[in-house]
Amino acid sequence: MNFTINVWRQNGPKEKGGIATYKVSNISDDMSFLEMIDVLNEQLIIQDIDPVVFDHDCREGICGMCSMFINGEAHGPGRGVTTCQLHMREFKDGDTITIEPFRAKAFPVIKDLMVDRGSFDRIIQAGGYVSVNTSGNLPDANATPIEKQDADAAFDSATCIGCGACVATCKNASAMLFTSAKVSQLSLLPQGKIEASERVMNMVKQMDLEGFGNCTNTGACEVECPKGISIENIARMNREYLSASITSK
Amino acid sequence: MSKLNANIPEGSLAEKWTKHKSKIPLVSPANKRQIDIIVVGTGLAGSSAAASLAELGYNVKAFCFQDSPRRAHSIAAQGGINAAKNYQNDGDSTFRLFYDTIKGGDYRSREANVHRLAEVSASIIDQCVAQGVPFAREYGGLLDNRSFGGVQVSRTFYAKGQTGQQLLLGAYSALSRQVAKGRVELLSRHEMVELVVVNGKARGIIARNLVTGELERHSAHAVLLCTGGYGNVFYLSTNAMGSNVTAAWKAHRKGAYMANPCFTQIHPTCIPVSGDSQSKLTLMSESLRNDGRIWVPKKAEDALAIREGRLKPTDLSEENRDYYLERRYPAFGNLVPRDVASRAAKERCDAGYGINKTGEAVYLDFSSAIERFGSEAAHVKGIKNPNENQIKKLGERIVESKYGNLFQMYEKITAQNPYKMPMMIYPAVHYTMGGIWVDYNLMTTVPGLFALGEANFSDHGANRLGASALMQGLADGYFVAPYTVGTYLSQDITTGKIPTDSAEFDEAEATARNRMNGFLNSKGNTPVEIFHRDLGKIMWSQCGMARNEEGLKKAIADIRILRDKFYSDVKVLGKIGEMNPELDKAGRVADFLELGELMCMDALAREESCGGHFREEFQSKEGEAVRKDDEFAFVAAWEFAESDPGKSKLHKEELSFENVELNTRSYK
Ligand SMILES: Cc1cc2nc3c(=O)[nH]c(=O)nc-3n(C[C@H](O)[C@H](O)[C@H](O)COP(=O)(O)OP(=O)(O)OC[C@H]3O[C@@H](n4cnc5c(N)ncnc54)[C@H](O)[C@@H]3O)c2cc1C
Ligand code: SF4
Ligand code: FES
Repeated sequence: MNFTINVWRQNGPKEKGGIATYKVSNISDDMSFLEMIDVLNEQLIIQDIDPVVFDHDCREGICGMCSMFINGEAHGPGRGVTTCQLHMREFKDGDTITIEPFRAKAFPVIKDLMVDRGSFDRIIQAGGYVSVNTSGNLPDANATPIEKQDADAAFDSATCIGCGACVATCKNASAMLFTSAKVSQLSLLPQGKIEASERVMNMVKQMDLEGFGNCTNTGACEVECPKGISIENIARMNREYLSASITSK
Repeated sequence: MSKLNANIPEGSLAEKWTKHKSKIPLVSPANKRQIDIIVVGTGLAGSSAAASLAELGYNVKAFCFQDSPRRAHSIAAQGGINAAKNYQNDGDSTFRLFYDTIKGGDYRSREANVHRLAEVSASIIDQCVAQGVPFAREYGGLLDNRSFGGVQVSRTFYAKGQTGQQLLLGAYSALSRQVAKGRVELLSRHEMVELVVVNGKARGIIARNLVTGELERHSAHAVLLCTGGYGNVFYLSTNAMGSNVTAAWKAHRKGAYMANPCFTQIHPTCIPVSGDSQSKLTLMSESLRNDGRIWVPKKAEDALAIREGRLKPTDLSEENRDYYLERRYPAFGNLVPRDVASRAAKERCDAGYGINKTGEAVYLDFSSAIERFGSEAAHVKGIKNPNENQIKKLGERIVESKYGNLFQMYEKITAQNPYKMPMMIYPAVHYTMGGIWVDYNLMTTVPGLFALGEANFSDHGANRLGASALMQGLADGYFVAPYTVGTYLSQDITTGKIPTDSAEFDEAEATARNRMNGFLNSKGNTPVEIFHRDLGKIMWSQCGMARNEEGLKKAIADIRILRDKFYSDVKVLGKIGEMNPELDKAGRVADFLELGELMCMDALAREESCGGHFREEFQSKEGEAVRKDDEFAFVAAWEFAESDPGKSKLHKEELSFENVELNTRSYK
């Protein structure tokens, strides 16, 4: 297959970017989207053009690095996939494909398609943990049974890969889905309940400080989330936040 | 040949660690605040070590090359983590976990280390649950377990097919808490490119800031390498694209010995290679072998018909299928250890029974499991005389609840539905048992330099059992290093800050800069990737699942030629002082080109077959591995010599087995 690739090129955070157009040919339908970019880059190097910079690592949908906005959608067409799990068989021979970085005030572009998602780390640092030190003397893991339903729900929330597709998709660039997934995971488990109020207050505060927008319940985030993180998490976080702000007053 | 001292404490096996811990010199809280530690890597080993050391009060700097610690390759581990909890009351114990690991490793690991690992395993689960790791649970609310290969108990804890993710996020949360407290300084998008040794001690690193391209100096009283495995030397592997040997290799060049570098794990169940531009391979977790059955057609003509698309696997009746693992190894069946399962798949495919276009794939079939689960579920639901369709539906739902994300991953990659058609799988490079040599305290041959997790060689001998890498990474980071690093640092309480303006730092930075300039100035014509791919082909064909003298010698010669070509013909654009992923890749591939040669040398020197290391010259009539304990019950630790990997010097650490008998590993 052959494609025309329109890709965002930007040399640095402060520099002006723009779309560059390249052609790739002999792409097989078994190739992943990132392998197609590998082919493009190999070609660019031979032509003395700087290869396109993009984040990627695991290439199996779990590390959350491969942030790309493809034809106007985070992680491209298809539900429940990250860019690295997208295959060229999803496109038609001769298609023009437009690739842009995830865009949000709190995700500044570093170069080309690579953005800085350090704001997500700082949201977790604000409270996305249980305050327990390492020691060999904690209670036995089976000392507190946890209802399977709660454990499974906590797990579902915990499968967020921190990719930022939710932010990039949201018209307000809100980080509610990401933040609420962590808040939910921990508030569903007895171990996390103890610090629940403080946690939700601090994480939401950090989210606002980073410049993420407000949630207006459009639900686009849930649709584009490659891991199917549900907006029920947002509702749960709102409840947690409400009850925390009442008790803290 | 010098003797290596593993510093194994005195006393009976079961007492060594407890006694050792009780004698460890302590560092007072006030003194800890004067001591700096560098942790390179933020996977399970690095995150857990950095968090634990920071909790103790040391000043920690943590480095990773990804944009966040949460993206370390540990995130991709699927199936589970072992621990000797005996929750299932199926006869498990610390000793059994120890024994299984020693046996699984084909008697090439150190008893004392492995026993310690088994001892601390239970605490890992307690620690993770306390952090909020959402492990799978049973309806009664207690933790659930599954089985992994090479064992006959259920001791594997899991979180669906995302156990590594959940454990790493747990360790990352503990790390984040220390970052928030200012106890850990996080340096993401930083790559260690040199080790700095001052007066014989590891005292810092040179790191490249991958965003600005700047070379930075960082000093510390101790350096911990938690940089993962080097499976990417084979180009195609289940490792993440960035996984590399660079940090370990830089340490090796500065005096850290590399141990058993040829011990590589080839995982039996991966999605087969589909094309030439493939960049990586995807694992299908070993947990699938709990319920999936592996087979190829019994008749070669059926295999051919399937390859040519004239026949479907579902068309073949039971008696025309060869469940070769169940046939050859009735006691363990589909759950034999990885090395055994991989070789058996290769044997069938080499004999002409492979079932995909390339002839390099076998089936992993869930139809029996779907039927069994479906019938059980129908019974539980009180459905009398369920029809085939009902059973299948119910069964598929259960399989989905256990392995849903893996099935989905498979379908996305291959565009085939594994609930209806058996999966096609083939072995692929997955893990490296070899690594930096460490003593009992996880210290390398460079004082003050420690190695944790997959980066060291310590616990898995010649073959790692499933679900034991996660256990080892967290054991090293949470429960071993905090003690043993402290012991070393107790001598450093009056040292004071290590300056970074010394001649040693100058020299290390200059070495790194010169190397990078070398790549940039080579003005060749070939992109880095091509060299990596070529190296991978050499390694896979000569130093992969089966090795022999002739092939290894040829590989060494070929790698040397390829290395020369790399330096004269590599093409890297751009500069040092800017973001330049191609330059980073060139550095990593250059190191793989040296490591590859050492791996072949090690494989050549080990004239026996053990675990993942199968020398064709040393096999029984039935094709089983033949170990030679009289000559080779040692750890091969290689010392880098004269800037030439070909001249590396072998040191032997003899292994003594006082608590287990050396047996021929049998899974029949
Ligand atoms: C697909 C897959 C599935 C697996 N499933 C299981 C399983 O179910 N159970 C099990 O027990 N094991 C499993 N394993 C093995 C296990 O995941 C790994 O062995 C383990 O996670 C390694 O952890 P680590 O902390 O040693 O290294 P990693 O998690 O690989 O972390 C390495 C860290 O080092 C950093 N780093 C590397 N080089 C440099 C450098 N030069 N400079 C700076 N930073 C650097 C990286 O950024 C990263 O943070 C699996 C492995 C794979 C590939
Ligand atoms: S919630 Fe979904 S889209 Fe958002 S960061 Fe997590 S995985 Fe990505
Ligand atoms: S590269 Fe890891 S999720 Fe895509």
